[in-house]
Amino acid sequence: MNIFVCVKQVPDTETKITPSSDKSFIETASIKWIMNPYDEFAVEQALLIKQANSAANVTVVRVGSVKDTEALRTAMAMGADEAVLVEAADNLDSYSIAKALKGAIEKTGKKPDIILAGKQAIDDDALQVPQILAEMLGLPSVSVIVGFELSGSTVKVKREIEGGALEVYEVTTPVVLAANKGLNTPRYASLPGIMKAKKKPMAQHSLADVGVTDADRRVKYSNFQLPPEKPAGKKFDATDAAKQQAIVAEVVGLLRTEAKII
Amino acid sequence: MANVLVFTELHDGHVKPVTLEILGKLAGQSADVAVIGDIGADQVAELAKFGAQNVHKIKGSNLDQYSPEGYSNALADFIKSKSYDYVFAGATSMGKDFLPRLAAKFEAGLASDVTNFTMDGGTFAGTRPFFSGKCLAKVEITGPKPHFITIRPNALGMTASPTAGAGAAADAAGNAGEIRAMIKEIVKAASSKTDLTEANIIVTGGRAMKNAENFQILEKMADVLGATVGASRAAVDSGFAPHSMQVGQTGKTVAPSLYIACGVSGAIQHLAGMRTSKVIVAINTDPDAPIFTRADYGIVGDLFQIVPIMTEEFKKLLGK
Repeated sequence: MNIFVCVKQVPDTETKITPSSDKSFIETASIKWIMNPYDEFAVEQALLIKQANSAANVTVVRVGSVKDTEALRTAMAMGADEAVLVEAADNLDSYSIAKALKGAIEKTGKKPDIILAGKQAIDDDALQVPQILAEMLGLPSVSVIVGFELSGSTVKVKREIEGGALEVYEVTTPVVLAANKGLNTPRYASLPGIMKAKKKPMAQHSLADVGVTDADRRVKYSNFQLPPEKPAGKKFDATDAAKQQAIVAEVVGLLRTEAKII
Repeated sequence: MANVLVFTELHDGHVKPVTLEILGKLAGQSADVAVIGDIGADQVAELAKFGAQNVHKIKGSNLDQYSPEGYSNALADFIKSKSYDYVFAGATSMGKDFLPRLAAKFEAGLASDVTNFTMDGGTFAGTRPFFSGKCLAKVEITGPKPHFITIRPNALGMTASPTAGAGAAADAAGNAGEIRAMIKEIVKAASSKTDLTEANIIVTGGRAMKNAENFQILEKMADVLGATVGASRAAVDSGFAPHSMQVGQTGKTVAPSLYIACGVSGAIQHLAGMRTSKVIVAINTDPDAPIFTRADYGIVGDLFQIVPIMTEEFKKLLGK
């Protein structure tokens, strides 16, 4: 069974974001890069499937800049067998990324049975790539999954929708699945795992190698800027219990008279 | 002037408010609405009030229930039979799921989770957040038409005086095609409240809630306000609340009119997820908590003392 996991490398969630001086993207020089948090659930699910199916192999694929390869190395340290890197700018649009992933998967010569990815990358938050990839490959897809069961070639997945309600899908492989937090608990890479990962194969391609050109861009992003700062608000000290009633009444009143929100 | 199609999903027979937000913003363009299944005359009238010219009811077998393939196949067929420049939908669970598939069928671009846009000269140009709103960027679409756009609920706001459209409703034959990923069962949510992403008022609890049971005091205040309860990542990771309630960069990005943060310190990834809330109230014992830098109204104090008083004050104000 061939399992592919698509991962992205993104700035750590605690990163302070600064637009680049030409506003074409963000300053990336001093950023700490991590594997996209939702992709960790995808990698973990692939490894759980592999544990239960000795014939399964796990390939992680990433499209992005080569600055470092943290995401792929982490996935291999967790237990993925091999990696494919497609070198590209970090602000590619979803359509180009999906097409590059398709090209990279096809280039391995392995027919995918299950393709996993995080439901969204926390950089552009587009929530598009897994579904576009599925459409390009002519495969079914289920996104935002929080439950997974595999029996034979039948996959039963739970998709989370509004308010935490669940849609339970049944689908036959091959299939593209996009993982949400709650699907599993990603393992930490062990020290031997990290050592082993250094020797695992990593193929590297250019965008051209996987059939993607500038003409594949569908969405253009520009004029990156910080959101407008809010003026300072009002702050009340209600640590003294005797004053709490009056202060809370004042704030609630202001929500109506000043903020006009209630 | 552009020819635009707005897809609306129905919730208990009602169009989602985001559909009306989109229609209002499209004043000056020619806007039709498509719905899969049936829709009542009152809802058609509501769509017309906000500018819908035609309301297309797409009906066919295997379309009673949502499926990413069935919905994208049926809409692709319908769109091919017309000539639309743009297709809009709400960035809801459903919209976010199938619009990418639908756009890919046309090898077309999709600008997702857009929070504002213009249609100058009939051409779309939008603004959307990156990094959960830590920064914003301009978004434009190139390549084959139609171009696809999903709009974040609550971001545009409701147009106060919309321009009405004809609101001519008609059936259209829908072809679901081959559906491989099919819903077998729906497990209802424990709460019937509006989802965080669409809520008008949100009451959020942080690590200071101490345990899951204490969220009851937030639920009580939320009930008075008709609000939805959220949680910070710290609260979710401590097991006080499920991930579906998480607000922040690895949870939900929200844009309510009123956001009340109770015992939330305000980690950078949390602030990113709620900063577009129109009015923010913060309650925290630590006067230096970062959440106060974003709050319109900050109350330094113990949430376990403040929240019950606030609940009573809201009751008085709202006559409940």
